[in-house]
Amino acid sequence: MSNALKELGAHIEAKRPDCVLSWDVTRGELNVTVALPNIVGLVEFLKTDATCRFTTLVDITGVDYPERAKRFDVVYHFLSMYQNQRIRLRVACREEDMVPSITGIHPSANWFEREVFDMFGILFTGHPDLRRILTDYGFRGYPLRKDFPTTGYTEVRYDEVQKRVVYEPVSLVQEYRQFDFMSPWEGAEYILPGDEKTEDAK
Amino acid sequence: MDGSKFDDALTGEQQIRNFNINFGPQHPAAHGVLRLVLELDGEIVERCDPHIGLLHRGTEKLMESRTYLQNLPYFDRLDYVAPMNQEHAWCLAIEKLTGVEVPRRASLIRVLYSEIGRILNHLLNITTQAMDVGALTPPLWGFEEREKLMIFYERACGARLHAAYFRPGGVHQDLPPELIDDIEEWAKDFPRVIDDIDGLLTENRIFKQRNCDIGVVTEEDIQEWGFSGVMVRGSGMAWDLRRAQPYECYDEFEFQIPVGKNGDCYDRYLCRMEEMRQSLHIIHQAIEKLRAPEGQGDILARGKITPPNRGEMKRSMEALIHHFKLYTEGFHVPEGEVYAAVEAPKGEFGVYLVADGTNRPYRAKLRAPGFLHLQAMDYVAGGHQLADVAAIIGTMDVVFGEIDR
Repeated sequence: MSNALKELGAHIEAKRPDCVLSWDVTRGELNVTVALPNIVGLVEFLKTDATCRFTTLVDITGVDYPERAKRFDVVYHFLSMYQNQRIRLRVACREEDMVPSITGIHPSANWFEREVFDMFGILFTGHPDLRRILTDYGFRGYPLRKDFPTTGYTEVRYDEVQKRVVYEPVSLVQEYRQFDFMSPWEGAEYILPGDEKTEDAK
Repeated sequence: MDGSKFDDALTGEQQIRNFNINFGPQHPAAHGVLRLVLELDGEIVERCDPHIGLLHRGTEKLMESRTYLQNLPYFDRLDYVAPMNQEHAWCLAIEKLTGVEVPRRASLIRVLYSEIGRILNHLLNITTQAMDVGALTPPLWGFEEREKLMIFYERACGARLHAAYFRPGGVHQDLPPELIDDIEEWAKDFPRVIDDIDGLLTENRIFKQRNCDIGVVTEEDIQEWGFSGVMVRGSGMAWDLRRAQPYECYDEFEFQIPVGKNGDCYDRYLCRMEEMRQSLHIIHQAIEKLRAPEGQGDILARGKITPPNRGEMKRSMEALIHHFKLYTEGFHVPEGEVYAAVEAPKGEFGVYLVADGTNRPYRAKLRAPGFLHLQAMDYVAGGHQLADVAAIIGTMDVVFGEIDR
């Protein structure tokens, strides 16, 4: 399985060296990092090439890394029902970058790109209908960005006087608590109370 | 004579503009909170714009601030018709990243309950789709069986719907032998019920009129729109993840993959009926394997990601600490990303998990089959009559828990 994937990865890189920045096979999955402007060309190649035939789009999603200069990863998953293989493409992009839409090649990308736009605020060029999809009508902000609070900014309730649903800023009775159960033996990055008195902590 | 110059020959009554109607969000045939904005030319659907997200709960955002184990119950709330199949994908993703080997008995129990989930789903789908096209008896008969299956869920894990039964590394509790006996007894009786529903629907004239040649999907459409599950098999492609990319221990089970010929609603109905029979076949095999000596043993891969057994926890200090840390801090998953998919009853349900080495997922994307199926609504329903929209929604097997997430 893994050998076939390695051959496939080498084949893709040999055929489209301009698109592929790097590729690897980890945990039995083929990952390809793609240059932002070339994503459409590569997706089309993957769909039509006889040894690839990645004709089914499985998923498009984003991942937010706020500390990176190229903040977002847009991740594409494809499946070939004919070759029985899967592939993952990864494109890094800045907050202000526009990602070329692949709706021309895979019509099923339509809602996925709308969802990525809705959740991360990444714009897709050439998308026929880039509206919000999952969030409320008139929603503001991009919820799956790491700097968006889990509680959101507005809450809704039915107002008995106005006889309609009203939007209000979130007011929490107590602060939203993010419990930190990190073990002091593994994973925790802070100094336990009392430990600062010891010599090595200084 | 292209017909375009005839405006003046039409009377005011004949100059009819297209009519927009709002289907749902509260409509029994919408199977949840679907809002369709339909543009109708007479009774023919010209354009169909699904508005989804009315059941959006932000599952993916919530998951980022909870531990891996705390996230598991969210999966029951996605496709609430067959909850355990969703949990399965999450467990597989974690097991793939941590490299945990599931014990054989747990693996068999998972297969057994995944197939029960498949029957739960298909029973609901077939019968409610029949209700959408005018048959009232099937849902009453189908739900009676669903009730029995839900009791099997309850007896295994204590909950009828929100099971939280599959855990990373195995399943939560072992099955008592009486439960296995009862499942077998039910499985022996169930073909009678399938035959009853079969007798009600398969050759029913109204049912066939409403379903044959409605919502035809070709092999090309499957690729274009990313269909999976019965939507693929109904059109003659024998694509099933259980066979094509076997997970768990499906490779040692014998079952057939039913395929349709025409790719219409009726063929998909027939596929679902046959899949229930095949699931029963798998259930019988799983029960036999569970009773065999190789099928005995522990149901959790004891280690970092699973709790110690109860007796040990009460006696050993280390086990107690481990138990406490597991349920507060949770376990750490090594850094990396993984995509795990299962053949859920509705199609390919996948989890794309990005782990950063802490006790919480950095990002988890849930890939729901219904999302893609509903997306193709405009394409599939275009040119059909308004009444067929209900039949098509039914056959696409949409559940808003998983589409809106």
